[in-house]
Order: sequence, then structure tokens, then C-alpha cells
Amino acid sequence: MNHPSLRQQAPEAYARHQGRRAAFLLVLAAALVCAVLVSLWCGSYETPLPELVRGVFGRAGDKSVNTVVRNLRLPRICTALLGGAGLGISGCVLQSVLRNPLASASTLGISQGASFGAAFAIIVLGAGLQSGSSASGAMSFTAPVTISVCAFVCSMAVSLVILALSRLRAITPEAMVLAGVALSSLFSGASTLLQYFADDVQLSSIVFWTFGDLGRTSWREVRIMAAVILAAAAVFLLNRWNYNALESGEHTAVSLGVHVVRLRLWNVLLCSLVCSVVVAYVGVINFIGLVAPHLVRRVVGGNYCWLLPGSALMGALLLLLGDLAARQLLAPVVLPIGAITSFLGAPLFLYMLFKGRDRL
Amino acid sequence: MTVEHLCFSYPCGRKILEDISFHADAGECLAVLGNNGAGKSTLLKCLSHILRPQSGQVLVDGRDILSLSLGELAREAALMAQSAPSTRLTVYDTLLLGRKPYMKWGVSQHDRAVVGDILRQLELEPFAMRYLDQLSGGERQKILLARALVQEPKLLLLDEPTSSLDLKNQYEVLGLVRRFCRERHITAVLVIHDLNLALRFCDRFLFLHSGRVLAFGGPEAVTPANIRAVYGMDAAVERVRGVPVVIPALER
Repeated sequence: MNHPSLRQQAPEAYARHQGRRAAFLLVLAAALVCAVLVSLWCGSYETPLPELVRGVFGRAGDKSVNTVVRNLRLPRICTALLGGAGLGISGCVLQSVLRNPLASASTLGISQGASFGAAFAIIVLGAGLQSGSSASGAMSFTAPVTISVCAFVCSMAVSLVILALSRLRAITPEAMVLAGVALSSLFSGASTLLQYFADDVQLSSIVFWTFGDLGRTSWREVRIMAAVILAAAAVFLLNRWNYNALESGEHTAVSLGVHVVRLRLWNVLLCSLVCSVVVAYVGVINFIGLVAPHLVRRVVGGNYCWLLPGSALMGALLLLLGDLAARQLLAPVVLPIGAITSFLGAPLFLYMLFKGRDRL
Repeated sequence: MTVEHLCFSYPCGRKILEDISFHADAGECLAVLGNNGAGKSTLLKCLSHILRPQSGQVLVDGRDILSLSLGELAREAALMAQSAPSTRLTVYDTLLLGRKPYMKWGVSQHDRAVVGDILRQLELEPFAMRYLDQLSGGERQKILLARALVQEPKLLLLDEPTSSLDLKNQYEVLGLVRRFCRERHITAVLVIHDLNLALRFCDRFLFLHSGRVLAFGGPEAVTPANIRAVYGMDAAVERVRGVPVVIPALER
């Protein structure tokens, strides 16, 4: 019974094990910092990096560097960080509470709802593109706030309908996902009908909005996104052991004191809120919420204490790298970010999926 | 532990459990026996709050656990499922999960001490850093028992704990259950199909038939008459080297 060495063995091994996971998160964070610096540096306006970093704090020697950094590059980087982290962490939570590895904002119909909302704003409320803009330059909508509000309202409406259904008839998580798929197709159909009656300019506005663009946000939007995403992330982190319990099956989770139904409702609501805010401001970005948690899971295993922060960091990193690629591949043409994340994310995902398991 | 007049029916009105009453002392193992559909699993779900019974009381140490919140109940009763899902959680993390009912913000020093203690007593230390999906069924079942013990319950509920195990693991797991229940004064309620295993490891026997208690008592309750009533099958109960054994009769 009293072997001090034996007594210490398991905790020490566990500390080492935890240390490796913490190290992985640090590596992710370091990669993220590098990506931020590269992203700060890349652009039509070439400036040495130290000057740019001073520009972040408004202390660059050249006043125009301050302006470019603080008004153009920094909001874009913050949008990528927040959006990616929000999509990553909420994808992670959705996969847990819906017990479905495919769950993400698009399986719940959030993306399709947002697209419909944007199409509605552009066609019915006339919030389309200003004429004279082109794919290479800065594009602007006549009423971006209207589009964001409509996209947000419609995507939230989809998730509220799903939640109301599940509340009404205590349906299973599978049924929630299926309801999401049904509502997705309903809204895609509605969008197609709207587009059928749109003129050329409206149609290109819709397509352009759906592509996604990280450059649409100013500090005001970044602040709103930050408030929603940080608050939600705090709630998610507090629930980390609840997700771990759910991983062992619903009955076991109940026997460990987890209100499974309540947990599912509130978390799906919060995830929908996060995804809707991101999609409303940035446009449809599909793949991050699905890929980021799976990539992290491959390395750190199924413990949500590490999965949640890892998914947020990975999501932010993927979106930032995607944005870099979108801006640099065919510069000065800025490619659509939604397409880039899917285009580069899918091969990466497939590679990780079939490479076999590498664990820390 | 005392269960009094427990009734459960689904909202559609179908009665699953009617007036279930039984009693077991601390440290005893109670086998819930019955044919498929008799209500054994429903009884276990009622005891663990997965289902809410319409009426009745479940007293543990004089407290009605049905009136407790989920969090409070989790400190009184632990559930050991039929089999562990093969997740990518390490054994150590799985055991820490058993401390979930006691956690406020995170894992405390005491939580780690309890987990370390159970790991040592069940001789699971070599497995501590392995993932659940790397273990065999028997090993996983021991991990589930360890997690339930980490919960420090007064009542241990087991849902067919040996149904997917080989002979050696069946005896090993049930032996551990009995040992720890005796040592820690835990009452165990097992849903089990194997009558011989039940006779070997349990102190009390509850026969359920169509949602009602058919018979309840010590090993003497396992009689050919009760077995015939529950399973519709003739069987002899004999002692072989001092061990009571049920020998089902073949169809004539």
C-alpha cells in the first residue's frame, strides 16, 4: 500500500502527458503570432515589420503606416482571429452536444439561413453592390448593415426553429441534425427562388456576399464579434467537463450529474449565436468549424480541456492562413475566403484523416 | 437502501413498474433478475434519475434520493454502464470524470488523490495514460468500475456489467465489485442475466416479472418455481462443491 514511488507514478506521468498538450497549444499560439505578423506585413503597402508593429500602437514614424495598420490591416486580422476562433470552438461544442462528428454551422442550417437573409436584403430591400466596383478592388454594398442584420436574423431563426422543435417534442440529437438539414434545403430553395427573380447586379451582389470577405468589418463590428465570441467561449470552457461526461454516453453523463437536455439546448443556442454573428459580418465560411476540432482531436485526444482552446486557436490559424493565401496567391486579386478555406482545408483534412493516428 | 412502492409508466400510459419494494444493506450486492422486458433496466434508470418515477421512495441512509438534484444524486449513486464507449479519453481523464459531481471550477488536489488511490487499489496504474480505445473490453469494464468508485457513491448501479466479457473477466470484475462494496459499505444493485454469476456474487435476489416483484430474498429465493415463473423454463438448483448452481432443463 505504502509505496511512495508508486504513489507518485501516475500523477507524474499525467503531468507529463498534460504538459505535452499544453506545449501543443503553445506551438499553435506561436504559429498564430507568426501568421499575424506575416499578415500584417503582406499588402500593397510595403513597410518593415518593426515599423508595422509600432503602427499597431499608433507609434510608427510614418503617419500613413499608422492609418493603414490600424484602419485596414488590423481590423482584418482581428476579424480573421475572432471569426476563426468562434467557428472553431463552436464547431467543437456542436460536435460534442449533438453527438455528431459532422455537426457544424452548415449542418444546422445557419449558413443557408444567413445566405437567404443576405439575398433577401439585396433583392427585396435593395442593399446590393454599388455599381462600378470590380473583383480586384474594394467592393462595397450600399447597405452593409441591412445585409448583416438580415443574415443574422435569418440564421438565428433557423436555429430557434430547430431548438423549438426539440423543446416541443424532446427529440434526439440526430433528429436535430436532420431538422437542420431539412431547414438548410428549405432556405437554399428560397434563396434560389429569390435569385431567379434578381437582375444581374443583384445576382452578382449575392454571389459576392456568399463568397465571404474578411475586409467588410470595421472596429465597431470587431467589437461586437469580440463581445459575443469571448462571452460564449467563457461559457464553453466552464462546461468542459460536461462535454467530457457526454463523451461517455448520455446515460453516464446524467449519472454524473449533467443536465444533458438543458446543456444541449443552451449550447446549441450559444453556438448558433456565435456562428450567426461571424457569418453575418464575414459571409459563408464553411469548413473551419468542421475541420479545426478534428485536426486538434487527432493530436490532443478527446479531452475537452484541451480540445476547446485548441479548436479556437486552430480555427483562428486556419482562417488567417486562408486569408493570407486568398490575398497573396493571385495578388492583387483577392480570392474569396470561403472558397479558399474549403479548397485548402479539404486536402489537409483528408491527409490528416488517412495518415493514421499521431498522438502526443 | 430501501425502495418503497416505486411506480413508473411512460407518458403514453403503459405501466412499466408497479409497486416495487425491496431492501438491501450497506455492503451488500443485490441482483435484479427477470426476463427481457420485465422492467429491470427501467428500474435502474429510475434509480439513477434518467427516468423519473411517478411515485415511490428510494431511501439511502434515510434520505430520499429521488428528491435530490442531479448533482447531489451523482454524489450518492454511481452508474456503471453495460460497456464503455471507446473514446479517445485517457484512463486517468476518465477516472477524473468520476470527480465531476464534486468539481466546482476544475480538478482539485483531492480529486487527483482519490483517482490515484483507486488506480492503485485496482492495479490499473500501468494503464493510466492509455486511451480507452486501446484497451480490451475487460480492461474497459474495470475502468468503468474504477470511475464509479471514484465517485465515492453509497449506491452502485450496474447495468449488465458482464454481458460482453469472457469467463475470467466476468469473475474478476464481479469479484472486484463485491470486494469494494464490502470494504466501502456500498450497496450494489446489479441487473444481470447469468443466474450462476448472480448466485456466486450476490447476497439478495429480486425477481421481476411484468413490472412487478415476483420474489425477493436471499439465495433461497432462487428456486425452480421462481425461475419457471420468470423465464418460463424448468431448471434445477443444486449445490456443486458447496456452490448453488442453476441447471436449466433441456426441452423435452
